[in-house]
Amino acid sequence: MIEVTNLSKRYGNHLAVSDVSFTVKDGEILGFLGPNGAGKSTIMNILTGYLSPTVGTVKIDGFDILESPNEAKKRIGYLPEQPPLYLDMTVKEYLCFIYDLKKVNLPKHPHIFEICRLVKIEDVYDRLIKNLSKGYRQRVGIAQALVGNPDVLILDEPTVGLDPKQIIEIRNLINHLGKTHTIILSSHILSEIQTVCERVIVINKGKLIADDTAENLSKHFSKDHSLNARIMGPSKDILKLLSSINGVSTVSCLGSKEKDSYDFNIEPVESADVRRDVFQRLAEHNWPLLGLNTNELSLEQIFLRITDESDKDEDFDIGNIKPSKEAKK
Amino acid sequence: MLAIFKRELKAYFVSPVGYVVLAVFLVFSGFYFSYMFSNGYPDVTFVFSQMFAITLFIVPILTMRLMSEDRRQKVDQVLLTSPVKLSSIILGKFFAALAVFALGFANTLIFQIILSFYVSLNWLIFIGNVVGMLLLGGSLIAIGLFISALTESQMVAAVGTFAISMFILMMDSLASTINISAITKAAEWISFSGRYNTFVSGVFDYSNLIFFVSVAAIFLFLAVRSLEKKRWA
Repeated sequence: MIEVTNLSKRYGNHLAVSDVSFTVKDGEILGFLGPNGAGKSTIMNILTGYLSPTVGTVKIDGFDILESPNEAKKRIGYLPEQPPLYLDMTVKEYLCFIYDLKKVNLPKHPHIFEICRLVKIEDVYDRLIKNLSKGYRQRVGIAQALVGNPDVLILDEPTVGLDPKQIIEIRNLINHLGKTHTIILSSHILSEIQTVCERVIVINKGKLIADDTAENLSKHFSKDHSLNARIMGPSKDILKLLSSINGVSTVSCLGSKEKDSYDFNIEPVESADVRRDVFQRLAEHNWPLLGLNTNELSLEQIFLRITDESDKDEDFDIGNIKPSKEAKK
Repeated sequence: MLAIFKRELKAYFVSPVGYVVLAVFLVFSGFYFSYMFSNGYPDVTFVFSQMFAITLFIVPILTMRLMSEDRRQKVDQVLLTSPVKLSSIILGKFFAALAVFALGFANTLIFQIILSFYVSLNWLIFIGNVVGMLLLGGSLIAIGLFISALTESQMVAAVGTFAISMFILMMDSLASTINISAITKAAEWISFSGRYNTFVSGVFDYSNLIFFVSVAAIFLFLAVRSLEKKRWA
């Protein structure tokens, strides 16, 4: 459906996107993940034909975005980072304008009203966009992308500026749309990507650094399960005891969160399960074990790790603010 | 193109801009008409020749927000990612501005009708006047549209277009102060007022028609190119 090959975008000396390739299948929901300034929006702008790549090609349903732009653009609905709204129009006028602009062949008013119902903006249908709140504007932006019922939806941070209830609604809407559309959405909110997307692409400093399902990413990076334990007793002695257990590589005390007890982080050597030993040795000393849980890596931690790793072997600087070498040490 | 034309035309009249422009045209043309009428001079040509300077002042206001405002509010993202050609975006906006401009001169038809009660008129001259005015306005709007496409700021666009209008207005007098015949000749050749006055005086010269149409076409083309260039920058 969407084929991106060797995409690069250069602004003067600044390489904003560097050799990114991926494909998106029909009906897939793909998440773009990356810190601010990673190049997510630039890639989306290139996919939709707003910007042209310095190198590389984008094909939508087999149509090259530069060679047959009209055919390709017909298939895309795009919500940019800032919803592209004419503030001096009412919601109705604006959506009718978009309808005419895209030369849609569906029955006009039923189609537009259906979209308004879907994104829940019927009650502001006749109001000036100027007077709408950020959340409503965002939803009008989504409505605009849906006009003409394009096969591909490209949504740049669709839930920014919405309240928690609206965020859940929009996520549900995206899930619903995902049944019939191919969707690419970007976010730097990881939980959002985790709940909505089947596949995740992680971008850092213009480079594609991971492309996998959310579960696989999580599995891949969580080989080394560390344990969190809350133990009642003298912290120094417990630390000594835990360190002496077979299979434990490092132990650190995380401080006290409950009265008379301390939290510890236990890093076992690879593939060792030390939970039984920990329990028995603590029981011998009569130091009650109040809690023990494995640290599943959340997408958040994976994200931090991946971006950290890619930062270490970077060979170019694209202007992100980063700690100096001394501070890292 | 039609969608953009309709949207822009409407935008002129949801903001005061359209009304201000029309009001200025009506006030000045009405003033010149009453002056002409009270002096017993039965020809609207006088109104048209006097409106040349007013046109130069008013066009920058018509064109200043055409392209720059889209860019500032990032609406250009939806225009440029829709299945429309760049040229139809530009032409839609151009014709919307031209339509408001033409509306500003609709009242000269009323003047002409009033006059027709008193004297027998040569309607061909009147049509020539209107065509001349539209050509002048069209070429100035194209210039303004191009300048508006270069910047995100309405003010910069307005001042830039205004400067060019002033230059056009002063060109004839400037050229006459320079004693180099080549420059004087060149200035005479591109003189908007000279060519416009030929129309107004009732002479329909094809070279003038082609001149104004070419100016408009060149600047509309440049506006399209500046949109295209932005994608590669």
